[in-house]
Amino acid sequence: MPVFFDPESYATVEAACERLIPAVEGHPGATALGVADYIDGLLGAFAVDPPRIWASGPFSGRHGGDASFAEFLRLSRLEELAWRTRIEGSQGLAERELNGPVTGWQQEYRDGIASLGPDFATLAADDQDARLDAAPEFKQLLYRHACEGAYGAPEYGGNRDLAGWEAIGFPGDVQPRGYTDDEVTGRD
Amino acid sequence: MTDRDCDAVIVGSGPGGATAADVLTAAGWSVIMLEKGRNHLLRLEPPFAPTGEISSDEIKFLQRHFLGPDPLLEPRTFRRAADEGDRIFTGDVNNLPSTVGGGGFHADGKLPRFREVDFRARTELGPIEGADVVDWPLDYAELEPYYAEAECGVGVAGDHAANPFAAWRSGPYPMPPGPDMFCAVLTSEAAARLGYHPYRAPTGVNSVEYDGRPACNNCGFCGFFGCPIDAKGDPVASLRRALHTGRCQIRPESYVRDVVLDRTGRQARGVRYLDSAQHEHEVSAGCVVLAGGAFETPRLLLRSGIGNPDVVGRFLMFHFQTLVLGMFPLRLHAHRGRAVTHLMDDPMIPDEAASRAAQDAGLPYFRGGIVEHGGAGQPIIEAIHLPPGELHSQLMVESTLRDRMAVFTMQGEDLPQATNRVDLDPYVRDVWGSPAGRVTYMPHRHEVACAEHWAPRLEAVMRDAGADTAFWVTSPPQPGTEFEAMDPTPISRHVMGTARMGNDPRATVFDRWQRLHDVENVLCTDSSVFPTSTGYGPTLTLVALAMRACSALAGVEPARSV
Repeated sequence: MPVFFDPESYATVEAACERLIPAVEGHPGATALGVADYIDGLLGAFAVDPPRIWASGPFSGRHGGDASFAEFLRLSRLEELAWRTRIEGSQGLAERELNGPVTGWQQEYRDGIASLGPDFATLAADDQDARLDAAPEFKQLLYRHACEGAYGAPEYGGNRDLAGWEAIGFPGDVQPRGYTDDEVTGRD
Repeated sequence: MTDRDCDAVIVGSGPGGATAADVLTAAGWSVIMLEKGRNHLLRLEPPFAPTGEISSDEIKFLQRHFLGPDPLLEPRTFRRAADEGDRIFTGDVNNLPSTVGGGGFHADGKLPRFREVDFRARTELGPIEGADVVDWPLDYAELEPYYAEAECGVGVAGDHAANPFAAWRSGPYPMPPGPDMFCAVLTSEAAARLGYHPYRAPTGVNSVEYDGRPACNNCGFCGFFGCPIDAKGDPVASLRRALHTGRCQIRPESYVRDVVLDRTGRQARGVRYLDSAQHEHEVSAGCVVLAGGAFETPRLLLRSGIGNPDVVGRFLMFHFQTLVLGMFPLRLHAHRGRAVTHLMDDPMIPDEAASRAAQDAGLPYFRGGIVEHGGAGQPIIEAIHLPPGELHSQLMVESTLRDRMAVFTMQGEDLPQATNRVDLDPYVRDVWGSPAGRVTYMPHRHEVACAEHWAPRLEAVMRDAGADTAFWVTSPPQPGTEFEAMDPTPISRHVMGTARMGNDPRATVFDRWQRLHDVENVLCTDSSVFPTSTGYGPTLTLVALAMRACSALAGVEPARSV
C-alpha cells in the first residue's frame, strides 16, 4: 500500500516512469520493477521510524551474513532536518530556511503530477511523452528517482525480485562472499 | 599543565587527523579529536570494532549523502572568477566526506609516493608565467622515512620494483599487490605495447591479512564507499591504534567554530565548538592540530582571524582530471575488485613530443599526472547518464557505460595560482551559522594544454586494448566548451594548497614543520600545506608529512620502520 501517493497519483507516476524506463526485450519496465513503490517510499520516508533514508549494513543476506539492509538507520537531529527539508520542503520554518525557502520533493511531485494531467495514465504513449517533455524539470527529477528505483537495493522498495540487476548483468552487493581473484582478473 | 583538557586537540578525523592522533598518543600525549560529522566507521569503545553501518549500497552512498556533507546543511559555493559576481553555483563543491574517517573513508586507497622532483619543481623545472611554482621547504630524502612508516601504518600493498620512474625507497611495501582487474590488464598490456610504463598500483587495501584486518575480498564497492570488512587501512588503522592507547577521545558531531588565542595572541589556548545540540564548549589544549582538509582548514583560519591574511585560502589546487573512456565489445566486469589496479607515471616524465607541445602552447614545460587504469562499477550512475526512453533500457542491457567501459583518469598537475582560492561566501551560511566556503577557480592554460596533448595518446591506448570507440572529457571542463556551460565545478576530490607551507612568513601560512608562523602551537596536518599539487594523489604524502610534523612536535623518531 502506498504511504504517500493516492491511487490516481500512483497510477500517473507509474505510467510516467514506464515511459522513462520502458520494457524492452530482456529488460522489464519501470512498472514491473516497482519503481513507483520506490518513489512512494522515498516521499513517505518519514511515515516510518526510523525513516527509510539509509538502509543499515553490513550485509543484505543475499550472499551470506545476516539480512541487515532490512533495518534502517536512525538519523541525527541535523540529518533529519536536512532530509525533512529535502522531502517536505521548508514550509516557512526558520530552521529549514537557512539560505532561503526550499521546495520539497513532495510538492514537486504534486505539481508535476498535476501538470501531467488527471488522464495521463490513459493516454497513448506519444501523448504521454509530449506531456513529460512539457515538464522538463519534473521529468528530470522523476528520471533520477526512477533510475534509483530500478537499479538500487530492493530494500528501498524498487528493483523488484532483483529484476533490474538481472536485466543488466549486475550482481549487486556481494559481501561477505566477494569475488575470487580469478573472477577479478579473468575473462568471462 | 594539569588544568588543560588535553595535550592536543585535533580538528578533523580524516587521514591527517588520524595520523596526528596515532603519532601523538604513541608518544604519550592525550588528545581530543573533534569531528563535525557523524561516526559510522568504528565503535568508540574497546575493541573499537566496525559499526556494521558500512554497506555495498549505491543509493545510500552515492545518492543520499550518507557520509556527508549534506549540501543542505553544509553548502559550498563556486565561481570561476571574481567578475562573475558572488557565486554561480551553490551546493556540492569538491565535497570530501564529513564523517569520522574523512576522505580516507571513501577513498579506494591508491597511495603512490611523490618523486624527488616534485619537491623541487622551481629549482629543477623553473617558473611558469601566471603561476607561482615553488620548491617545497623539505625534500624527498627528508620525507622518505615517514613515507616508509606511513606505508606500514596504513598497510599498503604494492610492488616496489614495478614503476621505473619511482623515487628511491628504503624498503619494499609491507604487502604484495592485490589481484589485477581484467579491464586494467587489457589496458595496461596495451599501454606497455605502445611504450608506456604501467605498474600495479600501490593501494592501502589489504592483499593478505594485515594488522589484524582481513584481506580484501574484491566486492567492488570501493571508491566512494566504505569498506564493510575493514580491509582498507586508511584511516581506520591509525584511529584504532590511537584509541587503543586510552589517550584518544573522539567526539563526533562537534563543529569547531574557532581557535581561541591566549592574551598574548601568540599562543592558542584551545578551540570552541558546538555539540550536536548546538551547545558551545571550549576544549583547552597545549596544542591545536588542524586537519579538516584543504577546504575546511582555511575556512577555520579565516573564521578565527589567524594565519597570514595575504595567503590563507589562496593557491587552491585540484587535479585537472582528464577522463578517457573506452567502449569495448566484451564485458569487462569492473564491478569486481578495487576500482583501479594499475597506474602509470609517463605523462609526468617529459619526452620530446611533450616538450614540443609545451613550447607550442607557449609554456617552458608541462607535466600531466598519474594515469589510473580503472573501469566503471555502479548502475545508478550509469543509468542517470543515459537518455530516458527505449534507448535507456537497451543501453542498460548492453551496458556501454558500465560493464563494457574502461576508464583512464589522468590526475593532471594543477599549478598554484594566487587567484584560485577558498574564502568566505558573503551570504550563504552553513547550519551552524558560519559563512559557507566559496571556491574561486580557473585552470591555468598549462593544465588544459597537457590534457589536450595526452588525451589523444590515451585514446590510442584504449583502442589498442580493444575498445571500439574512445572519447575524452576533462573536469573541470575545458574553458569555452559546452560542458563548461553545463557544470563548471571540478569533480576532483583532491584538494590542496590553501594554506601553503614554506620558510618565508610573508609568502606562506605554515612553516616547514607545519606550524603557523604567527601562532606557534597551531599545526596543520592536511593537504592545505602543499606548496604544489604534483600529479599524484595527495593522501600518502599528507600522511607522511603529518607523521613528520607530529614526531617533531612530540620529539620522537619514526617508530615503525620496515
